[in-house]
Amino acid sequence: MMDCCHIREVVQGFFSLLVGMRVTMGNMFVKPHTVQWPRETAPLPPGFRGHIMMLPDEITRYPKCIACTACARNCPSQCITVTGRKPAGAKKKLADCFVLDFTKCSLCGICVESCPVGALDFSRDYALAAYSKDDFNRMNLLEDLVSPF
Amino acid sequence: MNVSFVAIICYLLGISAVVGLNAVILVWLERKVAGHMQFRYGPMEVGPHGLLQTLADGIKLVSKQLVIPDKADKPLFLLAPVVSLVPIFAAMMPLPLSESVQAWELNIGLLFIIALGLLNTLGILLAGWGSNNKYALLGGSRAVAQILAYKIPLLISVMTIIMMSGSYSLRDIVLAQNHGWYVLYQPLLFIVYITAITLETNRSPFDFSEAESELVAGFHTEYSGMGFSLFFLAEYSYMFIAAALASILFLGGWQGPWLPGPVWSLIKIYGIIFLLMWFRWTFPRLRIDQMLSLGWKILLPITLVNFLVTAGVLAL
Amino acid sequence: MKEQAPTYTLEQIDEENFALNLGPQHPGTHGVLRVILHMDGEYILYADPILGYGHRMQEKVAENMTYLQVLPYVCRMDYLGALSYNLAWVCAVEKLCEFEVPDRASVVRVIATELNRISSHLLWWGAYLLDLGAFTPFLQAFTDRELILDLLEYITGSRLTYCYFRFGGLPSDVDDVFLTGVRDFIEGFRGRLKNYHDLVTGNVIFYHRSADVGVILPFDAAGYGLSGPVLRGSGFAYDVRRHEPYSGYDRFDFEIPVEETGDCMARYNVRMAEIEQSMNIIEQALNTIPDGPIRSKVPKIIKPPEGEVTMAVETPRGELVIYIVSDGTKKPYRVKYRVPSFSNLSIFAKLARGQLLADALAVLGSFDLVIPEVDR
Ligand code: SF4
Ligand code: SF4
Repeated sequence: MMDCCHIREVVQGFFSLLVGMRVTMGNMFVKPHTVQWPRETAPLPPGFRGHIMMLPDEITRYPKCIACTACARNCPSQCITVTGRKPAGAKKKLADCFVLDFTKCSLCGICVESCPVGALDFSRDYALAAYSKDDFNRMNLLEDLVSPF
Repeated sequence: MNVSFVAIICYLLGISAVVGLNAVILVWLERKVAGHMQFRYGPMEVGPHGLLQTLADGIKLVSKQLVIPDKADKPLFLLAPVVSLVPIFAAMMPLPLSESVQAWELNIGLLFIIALGLLNTLGILLAGWGSNNKYALLGGSRAVAQILAYKIPLLISVMTIIMMSGSYSLRDIVLAQNHGWYVLYQPLLFIVYITAITLETNRSPFDFSEAESELVAGFHTEYSGMGFSLFFLAEYSYMFIAAALASILFLGGWQGPWLPGPVWSLIKIYGIIFLLMWFRWTFPRLRIDQMLSLGWKILLPITLVNFLVTAGVLAL
Repeated sequence: MKEQAPTYTLEQIDEENFALNLGPQHPGTHGVLRVILHMDGEYILYADPILGYGHRMQEKVAENMTYLQVLPYVCRMDYLGALSYNLAWVCAVEKLCEFEVPDRASVVRVIATELNRISSHLLWWGAYLLDLGAFTPFLQAFTDRELILDLLEYITGSRLTYCYFRFGGLPSDVDDVFLTGVRDFIEGFRGRLKNYHDLVTGNVIFYHRSADVGVILPFDAAGYGLSGPVLRGSGFAYDVRRHEPYSGYDRFDFEIPVEETGDCMARYNVRMAEIEQSMNIIEQALNTIPDGPIRSKVPKIIKPPEGEVTMAVETPRGELVIYIVSDGTKKPYRVKYRVPSFSNLSIFAKLARGQLLADALAVLGSFDLVIPEVDR
């Protein structure tokens, strides 16, 4: 038979359920925390790491890269291919091809830190979608920059 | 029982409309309630505030291929969703939404509905057995195991109400509550009844036969497309019926001031359905043996004692 | 468990028992863990975890990379507590090469790691309740976890697989926006934690699902090499942060939450208390954060002296040990990871025996496993 300890337990248990229900009811009156993408977007923090991109030189607008291959050698996943040559009349080498295999990149930032001239940075490109993986495994980072050649 | 053939057809069509519309609204409501309880919006894209989302999902489900697993018991597999759904059309007939809106005034309406409600479990068992899937089988067997644990308290609480009203007819039960809803006399019984219908409709915290973290999707693991949506339709229709019964037995059915009867009925029914959803999005699931001891050790004694006390008070 | 293992195979199913293949895709196993359960109805006769679906040869890969290049790989093992792994690798190499770390960098490391620990525990809290069949806690936890991720994203640039610490310090300094952000978060979160307890801890259903389920005796806990909250739930007050302090944890004053009962409830309580202790640590760190450099001078190419090093770190899941043998070249000669999830999983087969399926999944959930870490 039920003794009074048992009854007390049942009643206490019942009230604990009500406490839980109060919490979920309270949740209903809080403004939802989600944003309705793509109509609204969440703010992107300043340190956001998108895929890496090449920075242009402030004066010449050429890519800053001097093709030293430090980034390519340090990259853990070997996703950078860089070659360079001297443009006509210049003293320094400049990159003529800088290809990133973004499908392998782990966004670790080692390449950005290892560049001696600070030519690389993370982009703020986050909505990446494409129909084919080719769009990402051979990303030409020099595409949008002025070519010195 | 002098109902003409044409009238029955009309009622069936009307009930189909109620079943379909109810499912559309409830699925939407469930997702909205879930969303807002979890700091989300729920569906927002299709239609204003996602109202047409269920419709879009329904179209998608209907257009999907019905995959029948290899080595499944094909007739049972295909029959199961139908067995689950069809009794609903019969069970909805004696439900009065108001004094005049009722398909079929049946003098044993209450028993009729409760008996048909059991067929849902049969559908689940067939699905579990016919799928040739161990998760589905476990889900089906769980559904059968829980029947007794909730049906007996449920029936005893219904008996108490019948004793108070003196009739099996749903319309008479509502009319007997003219002077006060039974929930005022029997609050404890109301709680027991709500618990029992949560069990009956297989909803969390008692969703043992689906139990997605244990049994993947339980009895409907193997169902896709139309089969799956029929189970969905059945689940939400049983919720509607169970909530309608609760409102008739305890909350005075269509009775209420100012508004017309059917509106009051619907308000009460959807209020109780909201309560069930609220449970679902709040509580963790019980373990199956805990549910059995809840049924036998807590609900049954409460209803029995309540029954005896009520009988005593009525006899005085 | 050699002595008791029955010789069932998948094919040998008799009338009474059957084998249930739980995973590798199953909502209850949180990843690609596969468990073959021999069941008698709902009861488990014998559980056989099968690992390796996510094996990535982490240790072998490390032998073919320079010390710096291994860094992002280590963090992929435990995607929920990536910063602890980050810290472990960085500290191990620093210990091997005897690099100095500036004070400010150490303190920022502690703040970031503890934030990561809170976010990992929050995710566990939600996922465990999801295993028990409650949906709302998962997203309730996510609302606060999201705030932590925002903070960490602010300094590290990523939201999940962080790669932030560097040998000798940090790649970039933190600013006041971050520090005040953390302070605000801690303040707000202390208040919101009450809702968590109201929703779950006091709930009678939760209590009955967790108490006395999956009891690990202290003897077994020690014998199976468990660590982290699972060990502390069985009565051992062992925490690497206290017993072998690293990264300046000895400067902070915190308690080691311990529970005696060893059941799922104990592990739950330990983790909930740990969240509060982590907040204490962060608060102390915020109050004592020194100014100064964030990175000491380290050579560009790291060539440690010949020798070996062992570094233990308390990750959210338990004790991680990294063992490196160096032969004086740019690449490690041998790397060994002792991961907490793997050891914690080892006792599952024993606990699952004779339990209901639902309880076994609750136990699995209470271990807070990260399967890529088990498989490495
Ligand atoms: S971020 Fe890391 S993985 Fe990606 S290209 Fe740079 S070094 Fe390679
Ligand atoms: S490290 Fe910098 S300069 Fe050298 S190749 Fe890479 S991007 Fe160019």
